[in-house]
Amino acid sequence: MDLQAILSSIDVKADWVGLRYVKENTGFRLVRDGKPEANTRESKQGIMVEVLVNGQFAYYGTSRLDSAGIQAAAERAVKLADAASKFSLHSFGVEARPVAKGSYRSPYQTPADAFSPGELSELLVKATSELKVSDKIVNTNAMARTVETESHFVSSNGSDVEQQYLMISADYSAIAHEGGVTQKRTDGGLLAKSYQAGMEVFNEADVLARCRNIGAEAVELLTADECPTGTMDLLLAPDQMMLQIHESVGHALEIDRILGDERNYAGWSFVRLDDFGKLQYGSDLMNITFDPFVENQFASYAYDDGGLKAEKEFLIKNGLLLRGLGGMESQLRSGINGVANFRASSWNRAPIDRMANLNLEAGDSSYDEIIGSVEKGVFMTSNRSWSIDDYRNKFQFGCEYGKLIENGKITRTVKNPNYRAISNPFWRSLKKVGNKDTFEIYGTPFCGKGEPNQIIRVGHASPLCLFDKVEIFGGA
Amino acid sequence: MEKLFQQLNKAIMDSLQEGEYLSLGYGGENSNFTRINAAKVRQIGNVDEADLTFNFILNGRRCSGGISLSGDAEEDLNRSLTELGRLRAEVVQLPEDPYLVLPDSTDTSTNVKHGDLPDSEEIPAKLLPAMGSADLTGIWASGRIYQGSANSAGGYHWFATDSFSLDYSLITPAEKMVKATFAGTHWDQEAYTGFLADSVNKLKLMSLPPRKIEPGSYRTYIASAGISDILSMFSWGGVSEAAIRQSESCLGKMRNESKKLSELFTLSEDFSSGFAPRFNGNGEVAPEKTVLIDKGELINTLVSSRTAKEYNIESNYASGDEGLRAPVMRAGSLKEADVLKALGTGVYLSNLHYLNWSDMIGGRITGMTRYACFWVEDGEIVAPIENMRFDDSIYSFLGENLEQVTDTTHVNPDVGTYDGRELNAVICPGVLLKSFALTL
Repeated sequence: MDLQAILSSIDVKADWVGLRYVKENTGFRLVRDGKPEANTRESKQGIMVEVLVNGQFAYYGTSRLDSAGIQAAAERAVKLADAASKFSLHSFGVEARPVAKGSYRSPYQTPADAFSPGELSELLVKATSELKVSDKIVNTNAMARTVETESHFVSSNGSDVEQQYLMISADYSAIAHEGGVTQKRTDGGLLAKSYQAGMEVFNEADVLARCRNIGAEAVELLTADECPTGTMDLLLAPDQMMLQIHESVGHALEIDRILGDERNYAGWSFVRLDDFGKLQYGSDLMNITFDPFVENQFASYAYDDGGLKAEKEFLIKNGLLLRGLGGMESQLRSGINGVANFRASSWNRAPIDRMANLNLEAGDSSYDEIIGSVEKGVFMTSNRSWSIDDYRNKFQFGCEYGKLIENGKITRTVKNPNYRAISNPFWRSLKKVGNKDTFEIYGTPFCGKGEPNQIIRVGHASPLCLFDKVEIFGGA
Repeated sequence: MEKLFQQLNKAIMDSLQEGEYLSLGYGGENSNFTRINAAKVRQIGNVDEADLTFNFILNGRRCSGGISLSGDAEEDLNRSLTELGRLRAEVVQLPEDPYLVLPDSTDTSTNVKHGDLPDSEEIPAKLLPAMGSADLTGIWASGRIYQGSANSAGGYHWFATDSFSLDYSLITPAEKMVKATFAGTHWDQEAYTGFLADSVNKLKLMSLPPRKIEPGSYRTYIASAGISDILSMFSWGGVSEAAIRQSESCLGKMRNESKKLSELFTLSEDFSSGFAPRFNGNGEVAPEKTVLIDKGELINTLVSSRTAKEYNIESNYASGDEGLRAPVMRAGSLKEADVLKALGTGVYLSNLHYLNWSDMIGGRITGMTRYACFWVEDGEIVAPIENMRFDDSIYSFLGENLEQVTDTTHVNPDVGTYDGRELNAVICPGVLLKSFALTL
């Protein structure tokens, strides 16, 4: 499709016109207990036509891809923008859509078609076999999700950006049951192993070894003690830090939330516009970056969907809040420095402020130093439950697997580990940050936000982190 | 749209070869979304889309696919036949599926509901002036939604409906909020203006100085909107037969350990309201009503045909994920006008937020209070409360701590739009609890 030619042929009275074509093929395979549950592939494509009229943007998303259909969509969008411009929240100019020219291709070693459907299914069947390490395993699942995305953005002020992605998510899980106790273990949390990568992530020896470990830990949890209740040290593995950063930092720093756009749905934020440059968000060990260039991280890209060039930026440095998660529209509305994170889930949704790769930078503590510093605490790994309030303050998170730490040593496994806290005091209690040896990269395809609702992919990377005096408790 | 679906259905089914079985699903919408912040337009646009899904079976093997439709019959038939070719090439590579169910339903139905909706360009002028100086944030969604299903046995269903919803929050300068949804099929400007004015009046209660309450267990009333959120949790590790069989359900204790909820709690899958179609993705038509939990006792679950085959039980033609499509909780006897008096001293919760299982197998849910939530003393509202986290088990608050259920059910429309505009609604009353655990 010659998008530039289509753009040139559009005849409407608008101050700006943009076309964003997206084609996405999503494959999903699920095997349960050695039997196929799902083998699907969805191929979705369409164009988002966006116009600016009298300071108001409006859009028309259509799956009709011929010139006449796109012309009709542009005409309807102009009428909508004109009608809405009498009630605009903010009057925008063309500077809200900076000129962008470039391309991006996600890194991979092995292309998606290197594995046939039969070969990938066979691997997943083997995985469920390896997960069943004992008769106490009553349910095994192995899933693989492959997403191939092409996007092409052109605009009347000269933007032309093509970006291509191959993204792989996988998960393997086992449920163990005995004597009225049921425990589940996954591969770091549901689909937490989500990467911009190729089929090399399905290395058979590596996958099967991980599955044996997952099965063994599910069985181990059946006879583990309940997680203790009390206020003590909390050590979080990087696969739980992913969720911790996402919920209590990422969403709180989205400028569109701070500006109130989400108050009817996801909520507001405890962070206010005048907190930037002033608020001590966490301890001085806390360094949060928006980093679109981490190799293989799930939400890397070169430009956001508004055409803003992506750059690495510190949002929080030495615990001090410096910058928000806001694309050009939010930056123009708020006057706050932001990042290139104006993103849409697909062609049928308008961009809004989203996290992308949001990471906690590594510190200088080794694993042994961190464990050795704990008199009494719990080491938690792999998220299984998450809930936080609409201001991103009061949260409660649960993990699959815990280890008790006593007098500087890991002593025994505990089940049903949970903790609850309030965001600012919690981050200010960050007392040790692991070094690069403890740093791990994760992601999720499933971050929900926006009205109309959008699910988008995000990436989070972190080292081990130790928090002081956290309220910890066990199961029902 | 139905004509396109009929054309594609005929051409695709005619192209099937010996031994091939196919189910087609059609989903589409032509919607306007107007996003509002501070009673002004933040974003506005239309989305016009349609998809066709395929569930293909050959020689005991199954795979599925989906494509976007352009609206042009010739182009869409080309795309469809290309997809069918891809499915044929893939299915022979897959392992046999012992639980697949061949499409055999020959039922047919057509249900088209016409509404009276404003044109997209009229929406800002119809909605915003009535908001006046209120701080209102929310989402308007309107237009036509289509769903279709057909299979190689001759089954055919078509459902189309016009609808609108304005889901909004009103906010005081002190950041206290009231939530409401104005929804329907025929736009009535006067009714809208009156509904909005009523919400603004409710907001006045929120201007009282807020009270901070300490964590602990409280007598609690949860209004219908809050209960609808809790009932929605039963679609995720709840009433699914497969989830119970596979040790991933909060109701496993009811099946395996004879646990019961309160006799005051009765939950059904009940399509009689007509909000959602009774046919599922396989074109199978569910019973109009299935009682799932009767007076606290689990008597039925949602069973898809696939689950039925795996466990050699009867299907009640649930959807593939065995989630609730038409949940209805039975009303009780507490008059809504008497709620505050019956509560006495305790907490009144209008809405809940961000629910999750904190221990699914144990039936424990955590979440937040949100919007119009009050501290009540001696049957009188004293003050709005600061938002609190709760963490409690259904076996407790829907069990021995469920004291009364109100005598009126309310329709809580699902205004979700992740995979397109939803059709469902949760119909339920409010509940009075002897004790509810607030934890943070």
